[in-house]
Amino acid sequence: MGASGLGGKFALIGMAESDVGIVPDKSPRELCVQVTLDAIKDAGLTLAEVDGLITCNAFAEPVMYHAEAVAEYIGWQPRHCVTVNTGGGTTFMALNMAAAAIQAGMANTIVVAMADSLRSFMTRDQAMVVQSSSGHPHYEQPYGPTVPAYYALIARAHMDQFGTTEAQFAEAAVSCRSWASQHPKAQMRDPISIEDVMNSRAIADPLKVLDCSLVSDGGAAVVITRKDRAQDSPHKPITLLGYGEGHAYEHISQANNLTTSAAVQSGRAAYAEAGLAPDDIDLLQLYDCFTPALLIQIEDLGFCEKGEGGAWLASGISRPGGSKPLNTHGGMLSYCHPGNPGAMFGLTEAITQMRGNAGDRQLPNMSTALCHAQGGIMSSHATIILGAEG
Amino acid sequence: MAKPTPRPTPTEQPFYDACARGELVLQHCQNCGHVLFYPRTHCDACQSDQLAWKTASGAGTIASYTVVRRGVSADFEAPYIIALIDLAEGPRMMSQIIDSDSEALAVGLSVKVGFAAWSEDITLPVFRLHPALDAEDA
Repeated sequence: MGASGLGGKFALIGMAESDVGIVPDKSPRELCVQVTLDAIKDAGLTLAEVDGLITCNAFAEPVMYHAEAVAEYIGWQPRHCVTVNTGGGTTFMALNMAAAAIQAGMANTIVVAMADSLRSFMTRDQAMVVQSSSGHPHYEQPYGPTVPAYYALIARAHMDQFGTTEAQFAEAAVSCRSWASQHPKAQMRDPISIEDVMNSRAIADPLKVLDCSLVSDGGAAVVITRKDRAQDSPHKPITLLGYGEGHAYEHISQANNLTTSAAVQSGRAAYAEAGLAPDDIDLLQLYDCFTPALLIQIEDLGFCEKGEGGAWLASGISRPGGSKPLNTHGGMLSYCHPGNPGAMFGLTEAITQMRGNAGDRQLPNMSTALCHAQGGIMSSHATIILGAEG
Repeated sequence: MAKPTPRPTPTEQPFYDACARGELVLQHCQNCGHVLFYPRTHCDACQSDQLAWKTASGAGTIASYTVVRRGVSADFEAPYIIALIDLAEGPRMMSQIIDSDSEALAVGLSVKVGFAAWSEDITLPVFRLHPALDAEDA
């Protein structure tokens, strides 16, 4: 028995991305509208054939009723219309809610669309304050923690417990950049070395600026429907094989364990529903908001033993030519990170690779992918496993 | 952007009142014995609402720490040390470690609570390294 009971019944039939990186010519809502329409077009459908919309709010342009505002903007009255807010985990929790809504008869075909513009529609200081406001207002924020500081606390604990080194964290940044160098849209494409990461500006020890994800603009959307309705799709349907969630706490100071996350629970549930194991996964798209987060997910999702994430990364297994390609668009460390939509680009990259549409970047035999997202400070987790048949 | 300043609820007020007089207090569950932090209306182990305030020792150890090199806003002059402290009574809390050389920090070292005025109404617990406690353990 799987986690949601939805595994294998739903397919992703459309996807779209906006320009990413620095995109000053469109507001977050305009980006969200664009990817909504583009994803529907990619699915070979018209707006009239889609009856659901799920979005997340935009930090740079917050509104009370976000999904409704996007629908209104294009004169659309979808049957099901809702805004989801679970931080970085919103992406895949929204996708599962879409599947559940279709299963319940609330809609037949749903667009999940997200966009934000932390780079061009907020000052750097505003973006920093908004993100750090995830801290507890009484028992964390008065001490001045930044988001990198929260992850630095996790990194330090992992170093102390398992002997992980700063150079091993840096391997995560180098791996993601090595993929981004091959992607024409990536925000940061210049190759970097371990030394470059180690010598980059200190932010919150042991994290340097190149251990931290980007601040970006961008949006992405996918279209999901029942698998039996996906047969006429112009692209190869990508099946949602498994889904899982894990929720450990909200605030990092309330974490019982700083080095093992609820990705263990979300991963186990997703694998169980998909009937797959880590060895069966061809493509990994993990949530690399900071290098230690990526390293811990590799362990917690079962790609290596606990405490061996640093050695796993240092082996080069995740880089081009390795047997476990990871964040092949460059991840949030090098492709783009517009806030809550961040993990959507791991999903669109997975769909692109599984369709065989990645052009010069195409990897052979991409039949299964695992995508992971997390919200808070490694607080809540969502894992999806995708399959491409035939 | 206003500096983040607690506005205690009635539930939380005894904690801040104690800080103002230089005392760290924690809620103890009268049902299961669990010691809580942060202050709550219900125990986060058994959900009982039978909670009693007791004075804590103020001793703890460093669960993790970071030297923040870029402050979150102009209200925080970097560098400063953010830490997670495991209190002797059990709960973990975030705080700053002050008056301490960052090179001397390590996970597991002993710290002792102190108090720092944050605003006219609010005093916050902070911590200092306390090598004498480590010497006792040795």
